[in-house]
Amino acid sequence: MSWLLVYPILIPLLTAVLSYLFRNSPAGRWISVAGTVALLLASVVLMSEVLEQGVVAAQMSNWQAPFGITLVADLLGAVMVVITAITGLATVIYSLSEIPERLERLGFHALLQTLLMGVCGAFVTGDLFNLYVWFEVMLISSFGLLVLGASREQLDGGIKYVLLNLVSTIMFLAGTGLLYGLTGTLNMADLHLAVREVENTGLLTTIAVIFMVAFGVKAALFPLFFWLPASYHTPPVAVSAIFAGLLTKVGVYALIRMFTLVFDHDVAFTHTILLWAAVVTMVTGVLGAAAMNDFRRILSFHIISQIGYMVLGLALYTPLGLMGAVFYLVHHIIVKANLFFVAGVAKRIGGSTDLSRLGGLYAHAPVLAFLFLIPAFSLAGFPPLSGFWAKYVVVKAALDLEMWFVAGVSLAVGLLTIFSMTKIWGSAFWPAHPDGIKPRLSDLPMGDRMALMLPIVALAALTCIIGLFPESFVLFAERAATQLLDPTDYVTTVLGVQP
Amino acid sequence: MQSLILTTTTRLLAALLLMFSVYALLRGHNLPGGGFIGGLIGATAFILYTIATSVDEAQAALRVDPSNLAMAGLGVAALGGIGAGFAGDPFFTGQWLFLFRDGDSYVPLSTVLVFDIGVYMAVFGGILTLVFALEQEI
Repeated sequence: MSWLLVYPILIPLLTAVLSYLFRNSPAGRWISVAGTVALLLASVVLMSEVLEQGVVAAQMSNWQAPFGITLVADLLGAVMVVITAITGLATVIYSLSEIPERLERLGFHALLQTLLMGVCGAFVTGDLFNLYVWFEVMLISSFGLLVLGASREQLDGGIKYVLLNLVSTIMFLAGTGLLYGLTGTLNMADLHLAVREVENTGLLTTIAVIFMVAFGVKAALFPLFFWLPASYHTPPVAVSAIFAGLLTKVGVYALIRMFTLVFDHDVAFTHTILLWAAVVTMVTGVLGAAAMNDFRRILSFHIISQIGYMVLGLALYTPLGLMGAVFYLVHHIIVKANLFFVAGVAKRIGGSTDLSRLGGLYAHAPVLAFLFLIPAFSLAGFPPLSGFWAKYVVVKAALDLEMWFVAGVSLAVGLLTIFSMTKIWGSAFWPAHPDGIKPRLSDLPMGDRMALMLPIVALAALTCIIGLFPESFVLFAERAATQLLDPTDYVTTVLGVQP
Repeated sequence: MQSLILTTTTRLLAALLLMFSVYALLRGHNLPGGGFIGGLIGATAFILYTIATSVDEAQAALRVDPSNLAMAGLGVAALGGIGAGFAGDPFFTGQWLFLFRDGDSYVPLSTVLVFDIGVYMAVFGGILTLVFALEQEI
């Protein structure tokens, strides 16, 4: 059983090795596809195990917790692994058409798989230092993906990305060191118990804020988000899609994990900071998007504004709020990756991502226009799509606490989201193309069309399914939130003792 | 710049360094040594050879692409962890086999060694990838 937790790390690792060794032949990319399918299967098995048994944990090398590295999956961790595998598979299939052979020969697929390994590792680890290691794995592989091909624009974005993320990593390491000095343990379940013994709560709060900044950079919270819009529009679309879908969400996940499991000693202080950071993040993100004029840049700023909703759910710190955060995480990964995929197809057939150089997509590629509307409306929170339920739960949680202002702001941000989506619609889809190009999907070769459209259709279907049949997903999010707020099961499974 | 002294001593030193790197690799685990330092020492041999001759000759002497070697090393290291699965233990639990037991002396073989060999290859290949790239730039 303990191996179920290892597969999400092991499978991408072996896939990375094999696809690198075969990078000069077509076999490399098919190994990558097969490996990601295997990852999806393994993650589904893990999910069903967690649904049946509750929290599952495994001690690596048989070193008992809290001394060794523990891998652990609760409902949140397991669902994140599943969604990582889904996004990963969509990206790999999409990249079959988009990524030129030149980049494949440089090891594109190996880097992509290493990124998936880092993300999965971060979701299943139960050890703070190990989490740091997975963050490093993610940072290095994502930097590699960002600058692969080394155009001037990519290097410019890549440097900003890596510099700001290194700052976050150093903060993370410093916080980890301080926390270890204070408690003598880095196992997260053990930390949950150890921080209750700490008398110097002032220092503990300081450490909590250091972690908040470290993960805030990763999650692109206000005012630490500048690296994101500076870099996400430069790499190939498949890369920006997986970055947009997954990377910031790992930061949000780490925030949720640490600020429910470890730093819950002074909720009034820490979570109030989170609350206002979330509100300002929502607003700046959506205003930034309104000011942009590039398909991918608008979407990048929307990531920031949506991160605000997730952190808001955490900051409210009620069962309903956390449930909204979990629901939002899953919904947003699907929708955002999908929008980037659509932007990529628009670029492919329309020749640009600059809105003033695009047009005619509605007239000549109505299928694409329809497939854009689904995730776009879902992002803005139209019923009956997944985004509606995600927003509804978060706003309801704010209203329950009688935070009228916060609820009002999040509704207004939803409106502004619609505004920038209509902006994309109004210049890329509605009017004729400025250069007189007729962007038709049917002009693409059959194989390319399949590889590009399959992920878009599948992800759009997923957001519709979540939207139309929300009961089971809502119930699931509720169970996940309960586990987060009462980590008894988590702690007993990891340590094997009653807290 | 070609230096006769360097090329002549490199022939000797490179062989010695490679041998010593394997010694360091096998000595590891319970004593100072292991895959990482072994890989570094091994890479030094080829770096020396690169400086004495050229990247092309060092690459020809190595036969395989060092980046392939590094990635394969990662795979070998993972195999060292997978070995535990056949014994029904969690990932990366060390599995030991004691051969030729005769009183106090025996030959211990373990999955830990497999892991160390993987690390050796990863470090060796990784360092050489960097050095070859840097030397070619110059």
